[in-house]
Amino acid sequence: MKLTEQEVRYVAALANLNLSDEEVAKMCEDLGEVLTHMEKLNELDTADVDPMAQVLYQAGETATLGEDIDRPGIGPEAALSNAPLAGGGFFKVPRVIERA
Amino acid sequence: MTIPSLTVTGIRQGLADREFSAVELAEEALRFAQAENPKTNAYLHFCPERALAAARRVDERLARGENPGPLAGVPVAVKDVILTKGVRTTCGSKLLANYVAPYDATAVIRVEAAGGVILGKTNCDEFAMGSSTENSAFGPVRNPVAPDRVPGGSSGGSSAATAQGTAVVALGSDTGGSIRQPASFCGVVGVTPTYGRVSRYGLTAFASSLDHIGPFARNVHDAALLLQAMAGRDECDATSAFAPVPDYTAELGGQVRGLKIGLPREYFQGLASETGDLILKGVETLKRLGCDVREISLPHTEYAIGCYYIICTAEASANLARYDGVRYTWRSPRSETLGDMYRNTRGEGFGAECKRRIMLGTYVLSAGYYDAYYLKAQKVRALVARDFSRVFQEVDAIVTPVSPFPAFKLGEKLDDPLEMYLSDIYTITGDLAGIPCMSVPCGRTGAGLPVGMQILANHFNEAGMFRLAGAFEAAGGFEA
Repeated sequence: MKLTEQEVRYVAALANLNLSDEEVAKMCEDLGEVLTHMEKLNELDTADVDPMAQVLYQAGETATLGEDIDRPGIGPEAALSNAPLAGGGFFKVPRVIERA
Repeated sequence: MTIPSLTVTGIRQGLADREFSAVELAEEALRFAQAENPKTNAYLHFCPERALAAARRVDERLARGENPGPLAGVPVAVKDVILTKGVRTTCGSKLLANYVAPYDATAVIRVEAAGGVILGKTNCDEFAMGSSTENSAFGPVRNPVAPDRVPGGSSGGSSAATAQGTAVVALGSDTGGSIRQPASFCGVVGVTPTYGRVSRYGLTAFASSLDHIGPFARNVHDAALLLQAMAGRDECDATSAFAPVPDYTAELGGQVRGLKIGLPREYFQGLASETGDLILKGVETLKRLGCDVREISLPHTEYAIGCYYIICTAEASANLARYDGVRYTWRSPRSETLGDMYRNTRGEGFGAECKRRIMLGTYVLSAGYYDAYYLKAQKVRALVARDFSRVFQEVDAIVTPVSPFPAFKLGEKLDDPLEMYLSDIYTITGDLAGIPCMSVPCGRTGAGLPVGMQILANHFNEAGMFRLAGAFEAAGGFEA
């Protein structure tokens, strides 16, 4: 199986990922090869198997519920400390809405 | 003191005998690590201020006559996907080259509370995706045993530092074998604990249902002590386990006579290689120690690779969505609109392997494919886990190879992603089932390359796993 360029570009758009033409061409091959291997799972009849949604859950249903107590977070200054662009206590991004 | 051959026990003794202070040890360990690091590129950066502050706290405790902690003064390396407050944490990615973590991972807090001295952060595959540490944005790591070869991955910096002696122990992370495989390639001990045994809080998320933090060390005892210090419930990670943490080192030196060991047929088929021969010699050692070795079957093994790469890429595509140029340091300068900013930042920032996994994960989760891939994989994961729980009714531990081959040459497998994925076959099953597993050195090939034996145990039976590994190590591994 090989993915088409169109399929690769569609998935890249879903993932918000810019790919060069060379990258798209290589993805068609690479993804196709791996997805073909993944199709091996279809050999198994899993109609009666529940999906493994939890890795380990041996405690009671409410065991992981914490007390509802107020705890300090890391604070806005620390949260913004790695922002590429910040101001007025916010993350700044390119304009989304045009001014009328 | 000889830095590269220090052990946790030796450091404890040296501090108690006033042979050296924790600060003297930290200064000497930093000097040695910084001088030796260019040979391997194992460390990405050092944090001397933090190390010396931790060492001073140990000396102060000793001066007051207090217990300085089980890891007192021990030089520790931390994989650069684990957050260290005030210290750069790059995840091996260009995107995070200047990211300074605003808080500490729980494991880091616990290691320092136990007296550990963190020297610096170690190189790894970008966002822990890879099996060779060649996917780092900051250059590959060389294997200290054979400098033209890879150290394994993704925690290759941590395994190399431990083997090279530039750290006494190290923290790594394992999603599909990223602790055990590099431990095997570098000839050190590496442990992936039960899922939830160590808090993931502050571990940069790759695949949340598969991610673990675990220890590297040059012997089983030190690995057990480091895991002990990190393990236990943490309110900051809802998946961290409540189960009490036993005294792991108390089990070392215990009897292994009569332990039932399973050799899975599926793992040994077609393993006609030096690696296979060394593992079988290791099994002979276990028999001489009185273990009851028998063949077992884990029938869903051949489906594990496909299952793993669906689940891990799906989770990765979601976890990596946050690196969009808004919050995490790097933003593409070419960003006129918000959408451009997202797409350009990610397109220019991520390396080839991360892009491949984001694409695979997005594909298997996309409309129309979810049931066929992701849901199917979650069901197959249940079957893989069921294989193990059935077998652990019959045996106490399972023994297998860690990798089909020893450390390969730099660049040798870079062009074939599927082949690289297939080489994870022996390690991913333990992660899928969430059981504890480890690599313990099992001799070297004719060319002098280390080979690791994998021991897998049932959920939360780290103590039994360490007991077997400790007895194997004490018996001289395969050479006994």
